[in-house]
Amino acid sequence: MRFVIDGMTIEAQAGDTILTACRRAGYYIPHLCFHGDLPAQGNCRLCLVESKGRLLPSCLTKVTDGMEVASATEQLHTLRLRLTQMLFVEGNHICPSCEASGNCMLQALGYRLGLLDNHYPQFFPRRPLDASHPQMILDFNRCIQCQLCVRASDQLDQKHAFVVAGRGGEAHITASSSNGQLGSTSFAATDHAAGICPVGVFLGKGVGYVTPIGERRYDRADIAQAGDRNA
Amino acid sequence: MTAAQGKAADGKTIQTVVRTAMRRCGTGRDALLAVLIHVQRHMGHLPDEAIAAVATAMRLTHGEVAGVVSFYAFFHQEPFGLYDCRLADNIIERHAGNAAVQERLGTLLKGGLGTLSTTSCIGLSDQAPGALIDGAPIPSLKDDRLEQVVHLMEKEIPVARWPGSLSRVKPNVRRADRILQQQAWQGEALRQAMTQGAAAFLEELELSGLRGMGGAGFPTARKWHSVREAAVTERVVVCNADEGEPGTFKDRVLLQRHAAALFEGMTICGWCVGARHGFVYLRGEYRYLLPILQRKLAARRRAGLLGQGILGVQGFDFDIQIRLGAGAYVCGEESALLESLEGKRGVPRPRPPYPVEAGFQALPTVVNNVETLSAACLVAVHGGAWYAAVGTAASRGTKLFSVSGDCSRPGVYELPMGTPLQELLQLAGAHRTQAVQMGGASGALVAPHDFGEPIAFEALPPGGSVMIFDQSRSISGIVHNFACFFAHESCGFCTPCRVGTRLQRDLVHKFTLGHGDAADLSELKELGLLMGRASHCGLGQSAGRAVGDALQYFPEHFPIASPDAFVQLETALEQARALRQAGGHTP
Repeated sequence: MRFVIDGMTIEAQAGDTILTACRRAGYYIPHLCFHGDLPAQGNCRLCLVESKGRLLPSCLTKVTDGMEVASATEQLHTLRLRLTQMLFVEGNHICPSCEASGNCMLQALGYRLGLLDNHYPQFFPRRPLDASHPQMILDFNRCIQCQLCVRASDQLDQKHAFVVAGRGGEAHITASSSNGQLGSTSFAATDHAAGICPVGVFLGKGVGYVTPIGERRYDRADIAQAGDRNA
Repeated sequence: MTAAQGKAADGKTIQTVVRTAMRRCGTGRDALLAVLIHVQRHMGHLPDEAIAAVATAMRLTHGEVAGVVSFYAFFHQEPFGLYDCRLADNIIERHAGNAAVQERLGTLLKGGLGTLSTTSCIGLSDQAPGALIDGAPIPSLKDDRLEQVVHLMEKEIPVARWPGSLSRVKPNVRRADRILQQQAWQGEALRQAMTQGAAAFLEELELSGLRGMGGAGFPTARKWHSVREAAVTERVVVCNADEGEPGTFKDRVLLQRHAAALFEGMTICGWCVGARHGFVYLRGEYRYLLPILQRKLAARRRAGLLGQGILGVQGFDFDIQIRLGAGAYVCGEESALLESLEGKRGVPRPRPPYPVEAGFQALPTVVNNVETLSAACLVAVHGGAWYAAVGTAASRGTKLFSVSGDCSRPGVYELPMGTPLQELLQLAGAHRTQAVQMGGASGALVAPHDFGEPIAFEALPPGGSVMIFDQSRSISGIVHNFACFFAHESCGFCTPCRVGTRLQRDLVHKFTLGHGDAADLSELKELGLLMGRASHCGLGQSAGRAVGDALQYFPEHFPIASPDAFVQLETALEQARALRQAGGHTP
């Protein structure tokens, strides 16, 4: 099976989504809430591509033989830039002081898309830190609600350590224990859920800044070449 | 219906309440919402101990239960006092003066007597302002009636003992046609369909041109056909009775007065597609209709119209359960509804797969709304050609409209599809009409130059809600109400809707204050397009529609502010002087 994206022909296997086929072929489509080990759910919307005039999440859309898809268009570039800016203003992303700077997929996307300002007004939400776990701090200020930790803990770790609570602007991720604290769950720093965050919510205790800022993954190369930090 | 505070203060009572709830509602994951509704009803609220007890009993994590509780507006974790008062706050209610009710009841309840909250629409816009007090509908809450409510509350009389006249909801049917003139079917329509045989009946349904009346307009016959053809043994019929579009109340009338047509329509569907289970997903706001619906279902079971061997036909088994929603507009979206029916957070599913392929518990599922299923009886009795004889080429039959706002005869109108909006406005007694919002908050804002257009799937959206605004109303105020609604009702799943609806709300707000600038205008337009193209479901995709229409057709309502709107030097200096006099450090 073959399809065409941005004029390039790509081979696909039966059951492939546009995103998985492109990843195998080494063709980059921006994404944040996708991870190869988990079923896609399509909430970040960064991987939207255009086919027959409609925007489709490439992580969920199955390839059909001969389909024509556009990803590297001016219009989609602007759309992805705006979505990234939305994620920036919705949380509290203070890159210069963030331990994840240079390893953060949101920041890396910002670099790639030429994000020079927030465009929208900041929401400045009040989000709690969860330092209850002996090995890990959760800084939800940086959370982009991709739900990868929730899904990884459910499906890869079988621990159900995280859940989504609230609705709309109040929607947030929290530990699933009765006091809402990570320390009261069976979560361990070695869980898949701990390493799958595309941004900097999960911070190991007792370590920090091992690699100096400036020498990190996305400091050295564009995300399209450097790959996903959580891969 | 009053709260029984303290009743379940000790752990033992909570366990008992939870056990009873599970006995009545089921023990499976899909019963979670129903169990929580039951527990809250008996405890007055859902404290952490209750969530823990439910989680333990249903073998779920605490967070999973808490995640569901925090998704639905009708669950509260804090006790609400003696009265749980939910004031309808959509734009029609505002225009009808709900601010006065809010002030009067707010002052009264503040001291711990009860809790006053707002909710968008409770299906009483034709009798606004309205409120749900402990679940009971109280329409026309003004003048004497408002004073009567205040008086009863002051005496702390439980709502169950209030005079029946206070919670009597007028049907307000202004024009009845085929759907509203149906008799209370007792198997006649079903028998007619069965005489034809399922394949022939589906052909009639196809010929009738019946389309989903919820607004999406998907051909009903095609939906039923897909489920019937699915290579499985279990199939499901779901009635979407979650009419949540602000300004709609036609289902209220259909459920209250014509439930027989709905249940018969569902049974025809069950027979036609080969389903044994039917669900009515009833919006939490219509909980007061539950007893009457349950009675009717029981009567139909006794009459052999539901249950096993329906109409004496061996192997024709079908029954209907009613499941309550708990205050989430997004659950009107069919895949979110299915999630909610499974006891989960009402987050829309990715599509495909569509519900006809994988719906309730991954079974092929027909999801139709109340009006569509009721209309299916007409096709069974009169045939497809008869049904299709009325309407336009693409929109057949008649349609119910919930008319509210600035008109002298608000209520339910059943009119042929394709009726010009102007005609409906005349019937309703609307004068000096400035704009009409068609199809609820997610619909279109129609300006006078389009009043001559027909109401049909191919023209003005026939969703059902028709909100009329006369010349005295502020267009930016109207769409600000809708923008707030979407920001509140977004499920929060996808980025463009979760963030975009809040940005839109704040930008429109600037214009209601006269502070909007040229950049805000272009930003609003861009945001609407972005949400429309990039959102995961219909809620986000339509969240910018009314605002976009308002900008296009009523630009004069969005003037660019002069610099004086931002900096009023004298006022600012005055404030600074006052601060300094108060001992502040302002220079």
